Amino acid sequence: MTSITASPETGYTPLWRVRLNLLKRGLKANWATFAENPIGLFGLGVIIFFGLFALAHPILMNTVWQPRIYDPVNGFDIEIAYHPSPPSARHLLGTDPLGRDVLSQLMFSTRYEFALGLISAIVTVVIATTIGAVSAYYGGIIDTLIMRFVDLVIMVPFLPILIVMSALMPVGMLELALVIGILSGFGGTAIVIKSQALTVKVKPFIEAARIAGGGDFHIIFKHMVPNLLPIALLYMMFVVTGAIFSEAVLSYFGLTEISMSWGLMINITQVFGYILRFDTWYLLIPASMSITLLCAAFYLVGRALDEVVNPRLRQR
Amino acid sequence: MTQHNNNTLVDVKYLSKLYPVGQGVFRRADTFVHAVSKLNLQIKRGESVGLVGESGCGKTTTGKLLTRLIEPTEGSIEMHTDEGLVDIAHLRGKEMKTFRRRVQMIFQDPYESMNPRLTVYDTVAEPLDVQGIGTIPEREANVTDLLETVGLTPASSFLFRYPHELSGGQRQRVAIARALIINPDFVVADEPTSMLDVSVRTGVMNLMQNLADRFGVTYLYITHDLAVARYMCDRIAVMYLGKIIEICATEELLHYPKHPYTKALISAVPVPDPTYTRESIKIKGGISKPINPEPRCRFFDRCPMATKVCESNDHPPLEDKGSEHYVACHLV
Amino acid sequence: MTNTDNVLEVKDLTMHYMTRKGPVYAVDGVNFHVGRGEAIGLVGESGCGKTSIAISLLKLLPDNARIHKGEIRLNGIDVVPLTNKEMNKHRWKVISMVFQAAMNSMNPVYTIEEQILEAMRQHTPHLTEKEMNEKVDFLFDLVGLDPAFKDQYPHQYSGGMRQRAVIAMALSCDPDIIIADEPTTALDVIVQDQLLKQIREIQEQLDMAMIYISHDIAVIAEVSQRVGVMYAGKLVEMASSEAIFHQPIHPYTMGLMSSFPSIVGEKNELVIIPGEPPDLLSPPPGCRFHPRCPYASEICHEQEPEFKTHDGNHLAACWHPGGER
Repeated sequence: MTSITASPETGYTPLWRVRLNLLKRGLKANWATFAENPIGLFGLGVIIFFGLFALAHPILMNTVWQPRIYDPVNGFDIEIAYHPSPPSARHLLGTDPLGRDVLSQLMFSTRYEFALGLISAIVTVVIATTIGAVSAYYGGIIDTLIMRFVDLVIMVPFLPILIVMSALMPVGMLELALVIGILSGFGGTAIVIKSQALTVKVKPFIEAARIAGGGDFHIIFKHMVPNLLPIALLYMMFVVTGAIFSEAVLSYFGLTEISMSWGLMINITQVFGYILRFDTWYLLIPASMSITLLCAAFYLVGRALDEVVNPRLRQR
Repeated sequence: MTQHNNNTLVDVKYLSKLYPVGQGVFRRADTFVHAVSKLNLQIKRGESVGLVGESGCGKTTTGKLLTRLIEPTEGSIEMHTDEGLVDIAHLRGKEMKTFRRRVQMIFQDPYESMNPRLTVYDTVAEPLDVQGIGTIPEREANVTDLLETVGLTPASSFLFRYPHELSGGQRQRVAIARALIINPDFVVADEPTSMLDVSVRTGVMNLMQNLADRFGVTYLYITHDLAVARYMCDRIAVMYLGKIIEICATEELLHYPKHPYTKALISAVPVPDPTYTRESIKIKGGISKPINPEPRCRFFDRCPMATKVCESNDHPPLEDKGSEHYVACHLV
Repeated sequence: MTNTDNVLEVKDLTMHYMTRKGPVYAVDGVNFHVGRGEAIGLVGESGCGKTSIAISLLKLLPDNARIHKGEIRLNGIDVVPLTNKEMNKHRWKVISMVFQAAMNSMNPVYTIEEQILEAMRQHTPHLTEKEMNEKVDFLFDLVGLDPAFKDQYPHQYSGGMRQRAVIAMALSCDPDIIIADEPTTALDVIVQDQLLKQIREIQEQLDMAMIYISHDIAVIAEVSQRVGVMYAGKLVEMASSEAIFHQPIHPYTMGLMSSFPSIVGEKNELVIIPGEPPDLLSPPPGCRFHPRCPYASEICHEQEPEFKTHDGNHLAACWHPGGER
């Protein structure tokens, strides 16, 4: 496999390459477990679909579609008399009340939904893992302070805070992602990670690390955090779901300063009074279906990841 | 029991660990569990001392005190090093880190004592990594050598395995390698074989003895199994409710025990021979927690030989009753 | 041939667990019997199949396990083909079990008394409440517990006391045979000694048959009249206690007996059995012990030895019994 000798001539494999190989092997094994669950595969399939969906938009804009007509924010189709117009050969999902192509809007928004989800999730995980690990490791007064702060954050009603925030400052995609990330990170996820960290803290290998001479930093970041990442990854999925959904709600109420998103599409529909009409289903259904599907997809992937994460932690 | 010579490695004096009971943020505790109580022990360089006793006697706590996983409430632990006498009971910071090179520990659970996300190499090299010893190629060579020495051959095939890919015996060998990689003077082994299968146990026990001879390591072997202690240890100390009540050479202890608890303990050990008839000494009651113990012999309430002397005096001190056989009993 | 003096007869019992990678035959072709009032010990290391045999005898198999073939005759009746409902008539009343670490799996919200009564109400409903209560008192005395404490909860009992309570539960419906799976493993030496004495007394007093399962051969030596040695799902040797310890035939038994440290007698060199127990997914061909056996030869690689009588009541499965070539 790998020969470990100090001299380069005799086939010395550097450590980083060995670690890379191990990582690849680990990913393959995890994938095999994940792939056994049809729910996870379905979720992943939907995510990939939307990913391609998002990627297709700039391609289409630069080839087949004329920007003047198909631009999701500023386009306007002069040739059609009355907007919104139902699906036709020119506009596969019709046009919205402002004359813009619905399909184009849908595809354009997808990238922002992903970005939003990803940024919130990463911010959440970084914050929650750090304070969860620190809280569990030190205990005592630090733990008490952190946990009481977390209690405060949980008590704060999520949407009203965002609404208030939108009154104070313009809320764009990035601001929204950061706020959602911070609120989630200091919220329930921290508690879950802390309780997992507590189970890790009492394991003998932590004592062994201390006996080797490891300081607090070494133990928290080299031992505890890597053992917390699987469960953090799991909760990341749920954060993405929450983030996409929250954005949809806020945009629906017109509280965001985002140029185009699925929530905004529904907002436009409502503002122009087309929301409860069957004949303009194409204004409401595609956007809401997309929100539902993408949220559900991340959730399902999270559920399937649960199986990958948990048995391994218990495996003997 | 003060008998210093150049051969002493570890000198434990009046070591105590008290845990408060019923303490709140605003309430001071007045009740304490005396997990380890004014313990005195001397360990000579190169010897294997066994610490035996039943659950709750304080042997694991003593092990953790000696490796400074927990802090003593009082007392001192002096180690004879090249720089002279070092009291490890009150070390802090950088000195603590240096001390960590001298004392290592082998744990009971072979699986839980390894980080499941680290490879064998990472686990064994961790002490080197934390202490900043050697370059990476040097560490790899070191680890490879040591893995071969502990019987994990060919080392290259074990180097990058994960704990769940190893058997119990193999994991414990990795644990031994990790303990020895920085050449400690003193190793505390906390029940290292009790979770292993019988046929694997012998191999690991033999390995530990060979390595002790080869590297000149001093062992404190904590176990509840007297039979195992017999094979691994030169001297055995018997603990009861936080105190050492008897300590002497192994064969002497097993054939001529003097303390009533030791006698009862030895007589209760099952013998793997159906033709052997064993008479076990009856002692009443069960083990309790040493909470705010009375100033009398700790074994008083269960001792079949207890008399007024035992009750009216404090717990007897450990005294030499002849040829280095130390017993803590008023009646011996 | 069914001997009605035998409480239990096991013939060619084979049981497997279905895993992702295929079936694992945890028990493979095991034959033995237990006479009335007899105490036998089953000894072996982890993975040898001794606990699997125990749960097979009570037919308390998990979902992915199945008895592949064989007979289990309780008082002459083969219970393998019985449904769960039919088997319930035998459980607790004919055959009972004390599980490994049972003392930690008692229901914490019911008193000890309640838990014993519940077992009795289920399996011996013909008794009146008064009779059942008297029985509880009797059982407590039998296992060495003070009946005054019967209305306490499990957490109020010490480990040794809880283990006695669990034994009382297993005895509550007067079974003909009781299986004890590592009942003293988690206990301290002195408590273990007291419990072993108690178990021997109970067994004599009730003339009850017992299968004592443990990896600790010292404990087995003290409680069993006959001992069976298991390795990798197979019963490799079975004989009286004295014969197993002093004249073992199978090389594994020989190695096992010499690898146990003892505090009496001379301090002998301990024997090391090289290697590890095999992976039951793909056990070695022929004799399962041959990769670790110092006496292995051609035939051991190719053919599985038959479990047969070598000397009176001494059975073993080996091509080179006693290490002879």
